[in-house]
Order: sequence, then C-alpha cells, then structure tokens
Amino acid sequence: MSKIEVKNVYKIFGDSPSKVLPMVQDGASKEEILEKTGHTVGLDNVSITIEEGETFVCMGLSGSGKSTLIRHINRLIDPTSGEIMVEGTNVMDLDKKNLIEFRRHKMSMVFQRFGLFPHKTVLQNVGYGLEVQGQKPEERNKVAMEKIEAVGLNGFEHQYPNQLSGGMQQRVGLARALATNTDIMLMDEAFSALDPLIRSDMQKQLIDLQSELKKTIVFITHDLDESLRLGDHIGILNGGRLVQVGTPIDIIMNPADDYVKAFVKDVNRARVIKAKIIMIPPNKTNGMDKSNLIKVEEDQFLEEFLPQVVCTNANCEVVDKKGNIKGYITSKELQSSLTKS
Amino acid sequence: MQKYKKFLKPFIYSVVFIFFIIISYRSAKPRYKPENFTDIFNDFSWLINWPKWLDFPLMQPLNSGFDWLIIKYGLFFEGINNFLLGLYTTMKNSIVGLPWPIVIALVIFITYFASGRKTNTTVMVAFCTFFLGFLSPRYWDKCIMTTCIVVIGMLLCIVVGIPIGIAMARNKKVRSALLPILDLMQTIPSFCYLIPGILLFGLGAVPAIIAIFVYAVPPLIRLTDLGIRLVDKEVIEASEAFGASKKQTLWGVQIPLALPNIMQGINQCTMMSLAMVVIASMIGTRGIGDEVLLGLQQLNVGMATEAGIAIVLLAIIFDRITQSYGEKIQERTQQKKKI
Repeated sequence: MSKIEVKNVYKIFGDSPSKVLPMVQDGASKEEILEKTGHTVGLDNVSITIEEGETFVCMGLSGSGKSTLIRHINRLIDPTSGEIMVEGTNVMDLDKKNLIEFRRHKMSMVFQRFGLFPHKTVLQNVGYGLEVQGQKPEERNKVAMEKIEAVGLNGFEHQYPNQLSGGMQQRVGLARALATNTDIMLMDEAFSALDPLIRSDMQKQLIDLQSELKKTIVFITHDLDESLRLGDHIGILNGGRLVQVGTPIDIIMNPADDYVKAFVKDVNRARVIKAKIIMIPPNKTNGMDKSNLIKVEEDQFLEEFLPQVVCTNANCEVVDKKGNIKGYITSKELQSSLTKS
Repeated sequence: MQKYKKFLKPFIYSVVFIFFIIISYRSAKPRYKPENFTDIFNDFSWLINWPKWLDFPLMQPLNSGFDWLIIKYGLFFEGINNFLLGLYTTMKNSIVGLPWPIVIALVIFITYFASGRKTNTTVMVAFCTFFLGFLSPRYWDKCIMTTCIVVIGMLLCIVVGIPIGIAMARNKKVRSALLPILDLMQTIPSFCYLIPGILLFGLGAVPAIIAIFVYAVPPLIRLTDLGIRLVDKEVIEASEAFGASKKQTLWGVQIPLALPNIMQGINQCTMMSLAMVVIASMIGTRGIGDEVLLGLQQLNVGMATEAGIAIVLLAIIFDRITQSYGEKIQERTQQKKKI
C-alpha cells in the first residue's frame, strides 16, 4: 500500500465548479474554460502515488497548480472531484473532528514564507503543533528544544521570528514541522524564499535529516536543480496537468514533452547523471581500448571524474563499493549523455 | 432557466417599486388626487411639479410602530434603563465620594501600568487630570460624570462590538448584511436617535449611553473585522495545517495578531464617545458638556471655551491611556529587530 495516493483529482476555482467539471473532464483546455465560464482550472485529472519514506518532488512554474496540489493532501483545499488516500484512509471522508485529528498526527507542513506566528517565541512556534494537541507546556517545551537543537538554532529559542534571518526562520518552520513527529511532511516551496547559499545549506540539512528520519516528504519547488538534488521521484505539472512522473534520471534522459525539455535544457547533466546510468556492461566492450583505464565508483556523478577523463583521454572502469567491475564508460557514452537533446 | 436568472432581481425591484407607488397613491388624501385614476394618463400636468399624491407614507407607520414598541416592550426598556442607570449611579457616586487627590492618584496608577511604566505619559496624564479641577472646581464632579458615561458606553461597545467584528471577519454573509447597518449608524444624524432615546429611556445618562453606543460602535466593529482579516493568510494556513480547531486559531493566532487594530478601534471608540457625550448634554445629560451648552446659551465665550478646554483635556487623558496600552501590546507582538 502506498503512503499517499492522489486519484483523478480535479480542482476548479470559481462560483459553480461542479457545472464546469464535465467540460474539463471532456478535455477542454484551461484557456477555453476561462474564456467560456470564467472558472480557473487548478488541477486537471492529477493522479500520483507516493511510497513510504521517499521524497516526492512536485515541480512546475508558478500557476501550474503545485501549491494547490499539496494543499489537497491535508485538505486545506477540497477537490472538486477525486480521491485522496493517505495510509489507506480516504481523506475526503473525514468529518471535521477527524480531519483535525488527522492533521495533528499524520502530517505537518512547511511554508514558503515560513508561516511563523510573529507573536510567539521560537520555542512557542516550534511547540505549536503540540500545543494544539493539548500537551502540557513542560512536555512540549522539552520536545521543542530537541527539535531546535536538531536544526541548529540553540540559543535562539526565546527570540521572536522577526529577530531572525530568513534562513533561520525557515529552520524554525522546519523544526515546527518535525516537532509533531508525523510520518508525512509537506513542504510548499520551503526554500524558494531563501538566497542561493542558504538554500543549498538547507537542502543539505534536509537530506541529512531525511537519511536519519526516513519520512515521507512531498516537496514543492520551481527549481529543477533543487528537485534533482532532493527528489526520489519527480512529478512535473503544467497548467494543472501532470506531464511526467519519474526518477530524476528519467526526467533528464527522456523528457516527455517540449515543456519538460525546456525545463531540463539548462540543467548541468554532469551533476545529475551517475556513472552506473550510462555504463555499458563488461560483455559488450568488444574492441575497447583497456590499456588506459580510470577507476570510478558506480555512484559517482560524471562531474567528479570528467576532468580526469578529459586530461588523460582514458576510458573508465566502473566498480561497485567492493571493487567488482560493473561496466565501462568510453568517450562515446560520455558524449551522448552530455549532449543536449 | 439560467438565462432568466439575471432578470430576476430587476423584476423583483420593479414589482416592489410599483407596489410602493400604489401604496402612496392610495394613502394620499383625496383632495390631492385626481378625481379619477385614469386622469393621470390624460392630464400630464403632474409631471411638472412633484404631485402631492406621490408621497410615500413612512411617518405614520413609524410613529405607530414606535408607540407599539413602547407599550409592548416598555418593561424591557425599563429593565435596560434601570440596569444602566444603576451601574452609572453606583460608579459615579463611588468616585465622586472619593477625595480628589485619591482620584488623581488612581488615574496615575492606572496610566502607569497601562502604558507599561512610561513616566512621560504618566506625568502628562497626571497634569491633565489636575487641570480639570484647576480650571474650575465645578468641573471636577462633572468630569467624573462624563467619564462614567463614556466608560460605560465604551464597555458596552467592547462587549458587543468585538464579537460582532469577529463574526463579520469570519462570515461573508454576516459582513454584507451588517455593513449597510454600520453605514446607517454612522451617517444618520445623532438627534434622530437621541429623541427616541428620551422617549424610551427618559432624560439623563441612559439615552446618552445608548447614543454613544450607536455612534461609537461602528469604528470598533470595522477595525476588529479589518484586523482579523488582515492577519497573514499563510499564518492561518499554518495554524490549520497543524490541526488547530477554529477556536484555537481564533484565540491563539487571529485575535493576538489583530490586537493592535482592535486597540486602535477602542481608541477611536473612546474619542467618538467623548464627542457624543457633549451633544448628549442637549437632552439633559449632566456632565461637562452642559457647561459648554450653558456658555453658549448665555453667550459667555470664556465659559464655553473653558469647558471646551476641559473636554480636550479629558480626551487627552482617555487617548493617552488607551493608546499607550495599545502600543504596549504592539511592542509585545511585533518585537523590533535588534541591530
């Protein structure tokens, strides 16, 4: 059973969405609907499955419906039609009370502009999820302190959010999401408002935390590099439609349409492609010059050994961690994988 | 069906309009009307000057309705009257009974703690209070009466206004229903409800309190509504995403963040109450306002001005106390960035 399943979700914004729904289901385009009925199509037949413990990155330009999609998972927005299953329960069937319980214990959220409470201290902000659950101050402060330490903000717990820098504020947001100890974390463009250096710093912190905690993360971003770095799977949205779902390599090597192609056009392939992706198996290396070889590990990115190859004009021998030969890479493979299609 | 929907409203309006015209025609005195109904369409002279039969009869039903209200619900208004009057007299008598230095000390005490121990504000308010009696010893008791009326009126505004403001912010329908009523309350001349106030509550402090309520509650409601709606949407979303119930979001997030605006509303409310209490002196409300009235009636410019200054001082006292309390809250919620 998948952790989160979104099945055929439609979302139409406007006065009478249910009347417009059949038109959308018949395949009318977003522009057509807007012109004819004045309704905006937010999501158009989106289905995704997210497995436990993975980071699913949802990518698209602004207006593509990615923030709408993530808000469907914890029902901050109700879909016009469709089902959302989390751990096998249909979120749409929950009544008010159960929905509140569900939000308290199943998932937490990090926001683009942090969404911190300006009138509460860092400690109170981080403990907010526990506060609404009704936990006593001593208990929740203890947990909150642990999380503040986990994101490296010790000493700032009695400051107010606007006394902190942007990066620090988002750390508070992250700590707040971690404090309720939920399995699922929703991150809505969590790092988009930060400057590049802090952003990559935060990405690293998230990767480190994730390798330890193994949560199911749904991450929204408009930045391809970020999604390639963080995502186990990436879903690309365009105008409310899901264009392509796949691993980072899939997306780069086989873009589904022009929209995705335009997205991946400028990406630095050498930083994303691993040696094991492009190597050819040992039995197909007829006539290869094996006199001049460089050893590379299968999980290394091309970027890491490319300079060496260029300087020595050698071929590569790909090995796994134990040193067994897994395959070879010649300049031909390098050339084809690095050429922009 | 969909096609005709947009004609529905104009249709209803025109039916009501025609109904009104028929009513006005039928209720007009026979001597104002043409002898025969059809004459209207033969002789068009009524199009030049406004015809006397085209007169909507609003005054009569209002009068009889008001009479009916007094007869039927007299006890109810009597109850309100007794309650407010009792509150007012106890409050007034207990303060008037105190020696004046103790009253000044009390004001200083309140200001000092409401302003978060600001010496400047406290000293200024203390001087203003002293000058009330210093201007003319007669003013001291009258200022206390006025203060009591304003305070009770304000409490009434806060108790009723803030919950209404919150309801407006949370529900679009409530807002669109209440906005025209608020406009009405703010634009209708105060004498229109001062006079009925006398009929319902008698002369004195109670109609003044009611008038204060009608006049001063709209800005408080509006600012509460605005303050709550201005709270950052993402912050509300964050609260909801962590499983806060509506009540928890309201008390834990929305009200604390709207507090600066609400305090501004209370401040506005006080200032308008003070303005109204002077007008209310014309319906026999005792207080500093009747000194102004007396001065005007005797063409005694000095007396009127002196009393006017006392009112200004009173306004400063109220303003400083409520304002500085609001600032204190604001400092707490929106901490300045340390450099």
